[in-house]
This record gives sequence, structure tokens and C-alpha cells, in this order.
Amino acid sequence: MLDAEFFRRWMTATAASVDREAERLTALDSPIGDADHGSNLHRGFTAVVAALEKEPPGTPGGVLTLAGRQLISTVGGASGPLYGTLLRRTGKALGDAGEVSAEQLAEALRAGVDAVMTLGGAAPGDKTMIDALVPAVDALGESFTAARTAAEEGAVATTPLQARKGRASYLGERSIGHQDPGATSAALLIAGLTEAAGE
Amino acid sequence: MSDEQLVGIVLVSHSAAVAASVAELAKGLAGGGPVVPVAPAGGTEGGGLGTSSELIAAAAASVDRGAGVAVLTDLGSAVLTVKALLAEGDELPEPTRLVDAPFVEGAVAAVVTASTGADLAAVEAAATEAYTYRKV
Repeated sequence: MLDAEFFRRWMTATAASVDREAERLTALDSPIGDADHGSNLHRGFTAVVAALEKEPPGTPGGVLTLAGRQLISTVGGASGPLYGTLLRRTGKALGDAGEVSAEQLAEALRAGVDAVMTLGGAAPGDKTMIDALVPAVDALGESFTAARTAAEEGAVATTPLQARKGRASYLGERSIGHQDPGATSAALLIAGLTEAAGE
Repeated sequence: MSDEQLVGIVLVSHSAAVAASVAELAKGLAGGGPVVPVAPAGGTEGGGLGTSSELIAAAAASVDRGAGVAVLTDLGSAVLTVKALLAEGDELPEPTRLVDAPFVEGAVAAVVTASTGADLAAVEAAATEAYTYRKV
């Protein structure tokens, strides 16, 4: 079973990898975006870690809803409401339970991903974070490691796609040949989950 | 028409200058009549380009007179942030609506309509209708 401490480790591990990879995310965001994805997410996850340290919630759902709220209010770009909605909706789906099973997490995360698709209007193949998240959720039933691999492969697979959502979509065919920064950061989030599980 | 019955308007742009200028333009074109509460929420709290949920929530609270708040946005994160705040439930006055409208034309239509004492649904309809005005 997964407790609140597991979910705090997930957020801390993600914040650490966003810190390490911020420059790479911004570099990916510079040819097809507005070159702020790394710095925006870094600001957001720094706020998440600070909020979790200040008032550590006692339930998995509480950790994720607090984290989501911090991302919505601090990121400043589209990734804020998108990641914020992902975590908040996942947290709400987990409810007040003190511990949840891996299966419950997978189910809640699917509800979170569905909410992101509704909010942003993106579907798989649109060259967005969804291209990493959907395969990750599908693989989560197998293992955390499988989810991590699926997310990383999903992110790499965005390279030949043409963007149909967000600022990159204005570039049309010029968006082809660049790995999507949002799918890349989504893979970091899933890798953080795997790290929290100690796999 | 008392001030209490006017719908409030919030204008959210990635740029503080754009939000403030469109607010000024819309109020200027609304002419006489009751002064509609209009608040810009542009850029990030640090003064950069982007969207701040704190600025949006503060702007919405500042224009709330009890008749509802219409929020108009430019694009991308502005739209998504307002939607996320609405989903949150308790961040914006009740009722607040994200109005699907062109930013400049919709803002003028919304402010002019609100200045007649129209309700939130009428303000929303007028702003949305601005999409149908073809320029060529």
C-alpha cells in the first residue's frame, strides 16, 4: 500500500529531476515554444516542495491536491493549469484514504489524465504531455518501471509528430523533428513515481 | 440602475499592457451610463509575460458586485488557468463565467452591454456574438 509519505517522495523526486533537467526542458521549448518550460516548472515544483514541507498533508489525496494547487498558482504558463489539474484530479479521485493500492493510484491517475485531455482539448498524437501520460497510465497496471519506460518512449515518439495544440501548433510542419517539452516533463513526473517506489 | 446590479468584467492577457489597454478602450467606448467595474489581469505577478491565477482571482473579487463576473481571455495559459480556477470551485465569485469571445471586440461588447444593466447571460451572449462580425 502507498501512504502519504510515498506521495511526498513522488513530488520531491519530481522536483529534483525538474531541477536537474530544467535547462534541457527549456532548450526543447525554445524551437517550438516560448523557451520557458524548464524555468516555469522549476518555479512550480519548488513551490510544491515548500508547501509540502510547511504543512505535510496526511493522506495521498491531500498531497496531490495541495501540489496541484501550488502548480496552478505559481507556474505562470499553460503547464501550470495542466499539471495542476492532473495532480488535483488524481488527488480528488483518491479521496480521504490514508493508504491506497497501486491499482487505485493507476485508476485515479487515469481520471487525472482524462481531466487534462478535457481541459486542454488534446488527444494522443497531438504532440503534448498526453503522449507520455496515456501510455504511462496504460503500463502502470504492470509496474512502475513499465510506466516509466512507456512515458519515456511516448515522449521520444513525439519527435516526428506535427503539433496540433498550444503555441507549437502555430508552427505547422516546422514543429516536426522536435521532441515535445511537455511530453518530456511528463516523463519526468512518471520517473519520479518510479523513484518513489524504489524501483 | 444601481451599481450593485452591474456585471463585472475581468480581462486576462499574457501581457499587463494589453490587458490594461483593452480595459481602457472598452470603458472608453462604453460612453455614458453607469460605470461598469472592469479589471485587467495581465502578465505574471513578477511583471513578465504569462498568466497569474492570483491576479485573476484578485481582479474577479474586485469587480464582483453580486451580479456575476464575465472573464475574457486571450489565449493558451490564460484560458487554461481560468478554466482550472473555475474547476477549483471557490476561487472566483459566484457566478463567474469564462466567456468564449474575441479579446478586444468581445471586451467592448461585454462592457457596453453590462453598462445597460444587462445580466451575465446577456453580457456573455453579446461578447460571444462579436465572433460573427466579419471584417472583409
